[in-house]
Amino acid sequence: MAESDQISTDDSYASEAGRQLAFYAVFAILLLGIVIYGLSFVVKLTGGGASGKAVDFENNSITISVAYDPPQLDSMRATDASSFLVLAHVLEGLISNDEDNNLAPGVAERWEIREDGAIFWLRDDAMWSDGKSVTAHDFEFAWKRVVDPKTASEYAFLLFPVRNAEAITEGQMPVSSLGVTAVSDRELRVEFERPTPYFEKLVAFVTYFPAREDFVNSTDGRYASSADTMLYNGPYTVDEWVLGASMRWSKNPYYWNDNKGFLDEINVAYITTDVNAKLNLFKDGQITDTALSASMLPEAMERRWQIDRLMDGTVFFMEFNHRDGRLTNNRNFRRALQLAQDPAELVYKVLKEAAYVPADSLFPSWVRGAEDFLHNEYPPHRSETDIALAREHLELARDELGLTEFPPIVILTGDSSMGLLTAEYYQELYKRNLGLEIRIDAQIFKQRLAKMTSGDFDIVMAGWGPDYDDALTFGDLFSSWNLNNRGRYSSSEMDAQVRIAQAELDPVKRAAAFGEIQRLVHDDVVIIPMYERGVAFVVDPQLVGFRRRSVGPEVDYNYVQLTPLRKP
Amino acid sequence: MAIAAFITKRLIQGVFTVWFIATATFFAMHNVPGDPLLNERAMTEAIRANVEAKYGLDKPLGTQYLIYLSNLTRGDFGISFTQENRQVNDIIREHFPVSAILGVLAVLFAAVGGILWGALTALYRNRIPDYLIMFFVILGISVPSFVIAALGQLVIVNMNSALGITLFPVAGWGTLGHMLVPSMVLGLGTMAYLTRLMRSSMLEIVSSDYVRTAKAKGLPPARIFAKHQLRNAILPVITVLGPAIAAITTGGFVVELVFAIPGLGRYFVQAVQQLDYTVIMGTTVFYGAFLVFMVIFVDVLYGLIDPRVRMS
Repeated sequence: MAESDQISTDDSYASEAGRQLAFYAVFAILLLGIVIYGLSFVVKLTGGGASGKAVDFENNSITISVAYDPPQLDSMRATDASSFLVLAHVLEGLISNDEDNNLAPGVAERWEIREDGAIFWLRDDAMWSDGKSVTAHDFEFAWKRVVDPKTASEYAFLLFPVRNAEAITEGQMPVSSLGVTAVSDRELRVEFERPTPYFEKLVAFVTYFPAREDFVNSTDGRYASSADTMLYNGPYTVDEWVLGASMRWSKNPYYWNDNKGFLDEINVAYITTDVNAKLNLFKDGQITDTALSASMLPEAMERRWQIDRLMDGTVFFMEFNHRDGRLTNNRNFRRALQLAQDPAELVYKVLKEAAYVPADSLFPSWVRGAEDFLHNEYPPHRSETDIALAREHLELARDELGLTEFPPIVILTGDSSMGLLTAEYYQELYKRNLGLEIRIDAQIFKQRLAKMTSGDFDIVMAGWGPDYDDALTFGDLFSSWNLNNRGRYSSSEMDAQVRIAQAELDPVKRAAAFGEIQRLVHDDVVIIPMYERGVAFVVDPQLVGFRRRSVGPEVDYNYVQLTPLRKP
Repeated sequence: MAIAAFITKRLIQGVFTVWFIATATFFAMHNVPGDPLLNERAMTEAIRANVEAKYGLDKPLGTQYLIYLSNLTRGDFGISFTQENRQVNDIIREHFPVSAILGVLAVLFAAVGGILWGALTALYRNRIPDYLIMFFVILGISVPSFVIAALGQLVIVNMNSALGITLFPVAGWGTLGHMLVPSMVLGLGTMAYLTRLMRSSMLEIVSSDYVRTAKAKGLPPARIFAKHQLRNAILPVITVLGPAIAAITTGGFVVELVFAIPGLGRYFVQAVQQLDYTVIMGTTVFYGAFLVFMVIFVDVLYGLIDPRVRMS
């Protein structure tokens, strides 16, 4: 030790060796520079579409960011939000949605929904991106491909209203027996399995989008796995798709509707789920819009951004396990839990997310009834906390179940911070108000689903988002035959109302059935609604016509136009 | 000749290691709780059976394993579960180069920085430069990469808005500017670690007999430093560099996420979360093979730098 001290404190050694080190350092930095320079050529080959500007007036283009790369763009098999987002811009179904979320003609000029079927008359100026016309055969082919067992489409259930669809997916009937026929290039006839008054809303969904037989067959089983193995009939086409890195959508010159698709180019340059990274990109003027989490709001307000919010469509609730032998099968027990909580407290005092609202119903606030919002026609039962009454019901349950003491209740939840926070809130709440012991079972997504499906829980923190823009997408959730009814709730009264809601042609009677379902869900305590999830977001003010939607693509650039800001 | 035999031996060991990784991952993965085919929307039995048949999950596990191994020997990792139209081979081929470029640059930053700073701190031991650099080294080792990544990005944003131009892109991929900051962030932890390693290694050598002898013989300090001290001190650094290259290239998930870089790390992590069996297997085996290869590579490199290793 003494020796080394002697040497290292030797100043002349240090300074001379230091000079040598500095010489090496210069050499190393030069080398590093050369390597970086070399790599900068290689890096261009590996993709990436960053343009440097969110809004580009010169090229009439915008740059955006998405959370995930679409797994594939096959509309007949797509099941995820990132695919739906892209498909909503590059394909069009028979019926489409306008700027205000109303149904609008798509490829079909007009249509007729009857009790036993539907007829669609197609416009003759709807074209594929190779200039050929979109015909009724393209829909017949696509729908048959969806239900074909070989396709193994997870969303095939959406076609079950079409005659024989369910039997075909089960392999009991040939694909050709599906109740859809292209009578001519311009006329598509559909036969129903049962009356389906909401069919026009289903048809607007991705799974019902068209595909051209000769083209799909020419892709050798790799349809829509890349930009050039797909045909487009929407406002935009996918020009370039560097998998996992970037996409470029361009205006589709063959698209018929002049009121959609105003931009020449949309660059999807960034793929990340990191909300902070997106915020930074927005601040730096690299992307046109971003969602804001609660912690970002103060800064957003400081910068005087115009903050908007919209329900993202999903409603979250505590779903009970109604299987026999479960504590939660007892109605008084469930009632006690219902009376001892208050969703407003959860949302405003615990979660504190700006765009979330407390929920009182299975049906979110934006769902429409006959004329107006369903909530206006059939106001949901507002929850009132009544601890004393809750305890009475708990005592009743104790007697009915013949228990002296309640065993611990298992709350199954996801492993997200939001899921854990919610579960911990209820754990504390029910301990305090009812003296119940709650055990939290936090699981990764797939395992939570597996436990939900097998019934390994008492209460599960669940959520449900809409597939199509009709109350039934929520309304049939607790019918005894719905596979997504993972708590296995079953009542003849509920089933009867769901059947009315499915088949009733009179909108008023149909809305009444939804009102009944809403009441049953509350009275029978099928679930305890917690909150509707919303999203706060900010958009570059130079964009006009930007839409976020509760149903369908979460963001919609189809109506976006660019307008320069007026100088103050 | 000896070196050829050495390499062959190590390669055979390497193949065995990779086989072991593949087998262990395969069975571990199938025992992870959760069902890869379950999705938010429930499937009817019939639809589910169709999907199972498509991925060969309807066969017994032993058969699946044999099919898997035979595909593996042909270099075919199969089709992704979540990205149905995509071959796992394609995913690796398209995204590994991105991770590799990022990783190579990060390792270069780390190695050059680590060796230079380490040598500097050793030369100026217990003086101002030493204290200052070691302070940052401790920071670099203890602050996790997601904090550094987020901070790095914030610095870019604030710098850009202060300057009014985009000096460095905030995120994304495709140009020189896109790779500099992320790779520095990625390499920082390793750089700090290497600095410390280099410093202690330098100090150990400075008190060794041969350096003392060299000094006693009156060799110029610059020559002692270059020929004896630095060259010997680098050896331990080289040793850890192999695993470090693999760790950096595979561990870039956070940096890739924050800077929206289309690297392989994202697939590696997401696949595990989504129980995407084929992608888990593909990326694990690929990274495993990569790590094994890197270790072999470093062993060979070691022999070139240090004649003593070659002799034995």
